[in-house]
Amino acid sequence: MKQTVITIIKKELRRFFGDRRLLFTVLLPGLLIYVLYSFMGGALSRSFTTDEDYVYTVRAVHMSPTIAETYGALLPEVTPITEADIDAAKQAVAAQTLDLLVIFPADFDDAIQPPVSGEVPQVQLYYNTTRVQSGEAYARFAAVLNQYESDLTNLFDINRGGEPYDLASNEDMVGQIFSMMMPMLLMIFMFTGCVAVAPESIAGEKERGTISTLLVTPLPRSQLAIGKIVSLTIISLLSGLSSFLGTMLSLPKLMAIDGFDLGGNYYGAGDYFMLLLVIFTSILLIVAIISVVSAYAKTVKEATSYLSVMMVFATLIGVTGMIGGNAPKALWLYLIPLYNSVQAMNGIFSFSYQGLHIALTALSNLLLAGLMAFVLTRMFNSEKVMFSK
Amino acid sequence: MIEREILRVSGLTKTFSLSAKQQKLEKASRRIKVAVDDVSFTAYRGEIFGLLGPNGAGKTTALRIIATLIKPDRGEVLVDGSSVTGAPAEVRAKIGFLTSELKLEDFFTPNYLFDFFAALHHLPPAVRDRRKRMMFEKFGIDRFAEVKVANLSTGMKQKVSLVISIVHDPAIVIFDEPTNGLDVLTAKVVTDFMRILREEGKTILLSTHIFDLAEKLCDRVGIIFDGKMAACGTLPDITGGRTLEEAFFTLYQERTGEVL
Repeated sequence: MKQTVITIIKKELRRFFGDRRLLFTVLLPGLLIYVLYSFMGGALSRSFTTDEDYVYTVRAVHMSPTIAETYGALLPEVTPITEADIDAAKQAVAAQTLDLLVIFPADFDDAIQPPVSGEVPQVQLYYNTTRVQSGEAYARFAAVLNQYESDLTNLFDINRGGEPYDLASNEDMVGQIFSMMMPMLLMIFMFTGCVAVAPESIAGEKERGTISTLLVTPLPRSQLAIGKIVSLTIISLLSGLSSFLGTMLSLPKLMAIDGFDLGGNYYGAGDYFMLLLVIFTSILLIVAIISVVSAYAKTVKEATSYLSVMMVFATLIGVTGMIGGNAPKALWLYLIPLYNSVQAMNGIFSFSYQGLHIALTALSNLLLAGLMAFVLTRMFNSEKVMFSK
Repeated sequence: MIEREILRVSGLTKTFSLSAKQQKLEKASRRIKVAVDDVSFTAYRGEIFGLLGPNGAGKTTALRIIATLIKPDRGEVLVDGSSVTGAPAEVRAKIGFLTSELKLEDFFTPNYLFDFFAALHHLPPAVRDRRKRMMFEKFGIDRFAEVKVANLSTGMKQKVSLVISIVHDPAIVIFDEPTNGLDVLTAKVVTDFMRILREEGKTILLSTHIFDLAEKLCDRVGIIFDGKMAACGTLPDITGGRTLEEAFFTLYQERTGEVL
């Protein structure tokens, strides 16, 4: 019996590995994700930061001598202009040729000497958010003005010392970002990997009439079902791992996490083992579900249309990993297929998993995959499913 | 010569439920279609038995039941003593089944496919290799053994399908409308193949609606109308000196009252 299952698995793998086109479609996503995320990370950080040696262009009307003297080092160089030039300067800001226009009241320094009565004086800052440098010039100037205002009536300070006050470690940061992003991304990658191969292997064989050729041999249907599911799982696992590696290696670049190293700085061998266990059993279950759907469909096209609906659900389940913080504690939640995988992965990435949760997830996935294999066997036996037009 | 029975079909009945759309298309009054209605016949070793009938008469359904692809509602089929309902795997090991609907995967070579199907039939490697050499040589496949099925000519593809269907040297080979949709050259490959099998002493069960094919090849025929066996016997018994076509339409008129 084992021999026949192996014969089927070997044939499926040979079909896959011998076809460069198929191999390419499964392994390419990982590479694409790496290139895309790295590029996006670089492009994003470039578009939201300004070069250190950039010289801001700032014009000011009635620039406060006190501010210029006290905070000059923190401010960009300011070119004084008169009130007559205000309109032209505003137009320059709008046209992105000037970063910032600052308008102080004529007697600003005197007007803010206590006691201030009546309406307080106003400083106007004109800037343009569509230009990164303009936004930064505004932020710097506003920060200095706020600082000056609080210095005038200083009652207390917050975090005056130079010590690090944010006590989150780099590990916590990595955990937070990865546990938010990876379960959803992995769910999508796993599903896409399975969708890329399973409908072709089952609905495709049905459509082309090649599966009937198998059904007239003494090959037991259960072994055909197991052989198909196992081989498709191996292929999808490769696809999932390719996407996983692509993401793990490029996510730090996308999220600009400094000093993160996949070499195991934060996640240990145990974490990776647990992750692999969850990924493997999830893919097994997803392949089994997709195989049943593909066997039901008469053509690959029909199977793909059913699966696109399922893909939406899988993505929604993936999103549950992004919301609600850390993985839930209630055990029964780890019996819900796919949701359990997302939450277990969330737990692993946020360093808060419990072995029992992972075990329950893996066990429930395996049991359900077994049930699906049984359903698939019944379908291979059903003349309505296999031979109806 | 004592005729030795190899296939016994008794009281075979199969019904299908029609969807509302199918019911409308077939102008049927009931939701149930009786595809095979109490059909019985026997085939003997070394003969070619033909099931003759118009499209939709139930030939394919009957053959699919014999090949264990679908299950009968009633009745029994014994293939060399094995029951299609009781021991389907045994039956599958004893038969070869070929229709134009059964296809081989384009991606693989004849050599690989032969080995793959031999493995599914649990053929020992030595037997497999001997048989492969012999069959590939006989049908001229040897030169194309390592060419992917996708790149073979239609005739060569057909030869490979035929050879693969009898990879396990079955005693009985079932052909369901084997020349349907084939050009004349490829059709000849199939008819020649059947003759060779008969020379080798195999039993062939063939369904067709082509009189010429049945007349040339069959030792005995069964004529099916609307799921029912209308006549069954040797060709001379059925034709009574007429052509098979004449005999067929006379029988059709008697049974249905329709004049064509």
